[in-house]
Amino acid sequence: MHCHLDAPANAISVCRDAAQVVVAGRSIFKIYAIEEEQFVEKLNLRVGRKPSLNLSCADVVWHQMDENLLATAATNGVVVTWNLGRPSRNKQDQLFTEHKRTVNKVCFHPTEAHVLLSGSQDGFMKCFDLRRKDSVSTFSGQSESVRDVQFSIRDYFTFASTFENGNVQLWDIRRPDRCERMFTAHNGPVFCCDWHPEDRGWLATGGRDKMVKVWDMTTHRAKEVHCVQTIASVARVKWRPECRHHLATCSMMVDHNIYVWDVRRPFVPAAMFEEHRDVTTGIAWRHPHDPSFLLSGSKDSTLCQHLFRDASQPVERANPEGLCYGLFGDLAFAAKESLVATESGRKPYAGDRRHIFFKRKLDPAEPFAGLASSALSVFEMEPGSGSMSWFVDTAERYALAGRPLAELCDHNAKVARELGRNQVAQTWTMLRIIYCSPGLVPTPNLNHSVGKGSSCGLPLMNSFNLKDMAPGLGSETRLDRSKGDTRSDTVLLDSSATLITNEDNEETEGSDVPADYLLGDVEGEEDELYLLDPEHAHPEEPEYVLPQEAFPLRHEIVDTPPGPEHLQDKADSPHVSGSEADAASLAPVDSSFSLISVSHALYDSRLPPDFFTALVCDMLRFYAEQGDVQMAVSVLIVLGERVRKDIDEQTQEHWYTSYIDLLQRFCLWNVSNEVVKLSTSRAISCLNQASTTLHVNCSHCKRPMSSRGWVCDRCHRCASMCAVCHHVVKGLFVWCQGCSHGGHLQHIMKWLEGSSHCPAGCGHLCEYS
Amino acid sequence: MVKVAQANTVDERTNFLVEEYSTSGRLDNITQVMSLHTQYLESFLRSQFYMLRMDGPLPLPHRHYIAIMAAARHQCSYLINMHVDEFLKTGGIAEWLNGLEYVPQRLKNLNEINKLLAHRPWLITKEHIQKLVKTGENNWSLPELVHAVVLLAHYHALASFVFGSGINPERDPEISNGFRLISVNNFCVCDLANDNNIENASLTGGNFGIVDSLSELEALMERMKRLQEEREDEEASQEEMTTRFEKEKKESLFVVSGDTLHSFPHSDFEDDMIITSDVSRYIEDPGFGYEDFARRGEEHLPTFRAQDYTWENHGFSLVNRLYSDIGHLLDEKFRMVYNLTYNTMATHEDVDTTMLRRALFNYVHCMFGIRYDDYDYGEVNQLLERSLKVYIKTVTCYPERTTKRMYDSYWRQFKHSEKVHVNLLLMEARMQAELLYALRAITRHLT
Repeated sequence: MHCHLDAPANAISVCRDAAQVVVAGRSIFKIYAIEEEQFVEKLNLRVGRKPSLNLSCADVVWHQMDENLLATAATNGVVVTWNLGRPSRNKQDQLFTEHKRTVNKVCFHPTEAHVLLSGSQDGFMKCFDLRRKDSVSTFSGQSESVRDVQFSIRDYFTFASTFENGNVQLWDIRRPDRCERMFTAHNGPVFCCDWHPEDRGWLATGGRDKMVKVWDMTTHRAKEVHCVQTIASVARVKWRPECRHHLATCSMMVDHNIYVWDVRRPFVPAAMFEEHRDVTTGIAWRHPHDPSFLLSGSKDSTLCQHLFRDASQPVERANPEGLCYGLFGDLAFAAKESLVATESGRKPYAGDRRHIFFKRKLDPAEPFAGLASSALSVFEMEPGSGSMSWFVDTAERYALAGRPLAELCDHNAKVARELGRNQVAQTWTMLRIIYCSPGLVPTPNLNHSVGKGSSCGLPLMNSFNLKDMAPGLGSETRLDRSKGDTRSDTVLLDSSATLITNEDNEETEGSDVPADYLLGDVEGEEDELYLLDPEHAHPEEPEYVLPQEAFPLRHEIVDTPPGPEHLQDKADSPHVSGSEADAASLAPVDSSFSLISVSHALYDSRLPPDFFTALVCDMLRFYAEQGDVQMAVSVLIVLGERVRKDIDEQTQEHWYTSYIDLLQRFCLWNVSNEVVKLSTSRAISCLNQASTTLHVNCSHCKRPMSSRGWVCDRCHRCASMCAVCHHVVKGLFVWCQGCSHGGHLQHIMKWLEGSSHCPAGCGHLCEYS
Repeated sequence: MVKVAQANTVDERTNFLVEEYSTSGRLDNITQVMSLHTQYLESFLRSQFYMLRMDGPLPLPHRHYIAIMAAARHQCSYLINMHVDEFLKTGGIAEWLNGLEYVPQRLKNLNEINKLLAHRPWLITKEHIQKLVKTGENNWSLPELVHAVVLLAHYHALASFVFGSGINPERDPEISNGFRLISVNNFCVCDLANDNNIENASLTGGNFGIVDSLSELEALMERMKRLQEEREDEEASQEEMTTRFEKEKKESLFVVSGDTLHSFPHSDFEDDMIITSDVSRYIEDPGFGYEDFARRGEEHLPTFRAQDYTWENHGFSLVNRLYSDIGHLLDEKFRMVYNLTYNTMATHEDVDTTMLRRALFNYVHCMFGIRYDDYDYGEVNQLLERSLKVYIKTVTCYPERTTKRMYDSYWRQFKHSEKVHVNLLLMEARMQAELLYALRAITRHLT
């Protein structure tokens, strides 16, 4: 049932006997009688020739003891009381003009006949005794605008006030000097509050931050007992009579509906009224003991009476289903009981492809059985069949970077094998075979069918070519290419190709795929050497492999003086050192890039470099789809550039985030950090760049140092002095945990080389490790 | 109202400038002038940074282009040049800089709302919004539109500040990239010699005549005090209040008209006038300017009742919903500027300037037709002398006409930093007024 008003309403209030309602707004102030089928206009209080601003109401309230008494708050800061018992047409009784700004709220004392409270934009609350001409007491909110004031229903002397800055204050009406209690309830203005009609300590507050919070005020500190998240700022909140946990809210902007919430169920409103076409500005339960009638006024100039049983109930329409995967493979699933009942027999087992056996136990834990009953099923992993320890172990023991590819693969294969994951182990081995030299694979005879043949001639020939300088490269290329051709022939020959027979083709092929070898064409020879002498391969490889991010480029430049000596240092085999030295001396560092390109061309013809990439990518996708995102990400990191470009960015990002998420749920912070660091996806690596601020406190006054990390603004002292040079330490500070003296990293290191005593002279024997 | 820099505030200020310099790689004159009020500067820079560079519905080059369009309405070449650079840096298409004909229709459609917002925001209706968001090839999504509106309002207001504070282009961009304190070509802060120099007393006419500047200040303080005391005794009737608002509104009509004529020829911003043609390519209908709200004539424009659509209750929620977080930043900025005080007035200390600040803020809103029920507009008349009103009106309504003489002619014994504070108030009040009108139209479109 609704009726049209002439103008937008700002507030409504109901008479004690629930038979009349008053509607107030900027240009409306009327009393309607609530009849069986309709509202009947009973009285227009907006009289006079020229309507004054005193009648532009921001709020209206009807006294709950005296049905003739009303009070309004005007936008110009005037508080007006009205006496319906006056015989004249003008019912205006008293006028209080003490507030300087708009009065947002007025409130009568629930039991006292003459006490009126007002809260205003000017930051003051005033208490009026209607028998007097002016206010009895003034409460100051420290120039924060007051948005709502409400007398406690149970405690005679207490009232609550809410403020624009998010605070809520509790006052004793007898003590205007200071508030009894203050706490921050919301982020941004608190627009409204309402005391629970039965529960003494409960106060509901609603704010611009779209939350309704219920506070328990009986405890020493106000405790938030419930929190309801709505979709728009909360303009009004009213507890529903006779329903302990229900409250009604309406919004100030955007959302026109009125919701009734069960505070225990903060995500779905219990009921919803959708009649209004513009924002609802006032709500009131018609009778303090009748939970079924709700009245509302709105900016769309209508007054409505809603019947609770007509309300739409979002719960009915919603399918209460939820699914969550636990850390250890448990699966919780909640659904409407009816759905579960019909399907429970087969479903959990049917789609199970991974042979995890679920045990099902039903849990009838549902506090809202009356509204919607749903069943919660928890599926647990059968003990033994699927503990996640393999995941943790794998994550911790895998090596992802810092070593040559072959070693990484071998290492990871070993890890997987030890954990009994043979398929994964096999995959790693295959990857090694595809992308690296055979290394440690114990099938030496297979290596050399081709390898031996070429290896004896090649190093010599190449060194010869290199001595002949650049023009020689062309011929060499051709030479090599011819060799390559013969090899790819062999590939074609045994194209039925078990991986192992393919091995030596790959090994040479694989070595060129990474464009990371500094000295391009030497690598060809090297591969041959590997074949001859696999043990030598490894000590050397680190020199050539700088693709992995673990070696930041900087180190290469700084630490490695011109290539040759460095290489020679570690090269064991005379063949190698010779050829390398040649190559390096011929090809100064900067020209090495051109050499790389040569080497690329060199091998391109032998086998398309992406011959296996597609396969590997498929394999990664397979693992990821299987749920083993760990494998996908690990391989992705280990192989780096080799496969990265063939998998689209988003998929990679998705894998990374899933893996990182998993790692963090298992508290594997170090591993997850390593993964973040090694990832090449921008979205991922910037995870490490968020919240990198380190807050430090001054060592003297213990207060935070805001502007700079090394000098305290308050006590004007430097926080950390170097014990050696007595200067301020602005960068890395190292200190002894025994005597807490310290200083510049370099200085301390140097000092402790010469002396074992603390540089500060405290006599402590410091240790530097 | 304001004090420039005691030892530690200088320090704080330097910190700020260093920080700003390290984030944006430049220290424009705006930042330097605002750094007189570090607290404010912080929230200003934060919100500006957010709307220009952080996540938002609009692509970066578009944001700068919108800024250019907004600044062009007031022929503010300083802002335009700044954002032309930024526009190109963020990958904007150079061709667009040839003028509005070269930009996509979608951006061009923004022109109408830009024009209205800059000069007569009260004319914006939900039809304008509907036209922009109507499904079609060039339609705007609401979040995009809100972002654009925030940018437009921000840059209209900033243009006011630029002209009001007499901020000139950094003459040598190479040098201006370096870190130096207050720029030299900025009369407002450095040209202290001007301070008490009454060049042209004729401007200070009106009710006051030629008053000794010191007694002028005394008189103002006296009036403030009286108003505070009077408050309790004398309560004007409602009719009286309404008339006062109307009167203030009407009076603002005549405030400038006489002055503009003779101030034009000796404009201190001649170079701006010259390049007008250069700037006009970013706008259409350059003749469209501010028209007094009060001079509404036949069409009856209802006064905007501030209490019915406030920033705190309504504007904030809407803007934050469609363009998340900007609401908080703007909210903080408005609060900051409104509450900023050092409790000083020129040479006097421990003065409660709330009244003065409120008068300035509400007077700007009054010129845009926004009325506060709970404000007595008689106060404006008492507190703001005629020359100040002239200045306010010029800066907020047609900032391009501001002259140094206007700036000098009011509050002659006040410090420059205090006058900058006034400019900040005017700027934010104007921005809020524009936002309120635009957001109200969007709200109406939504309901």
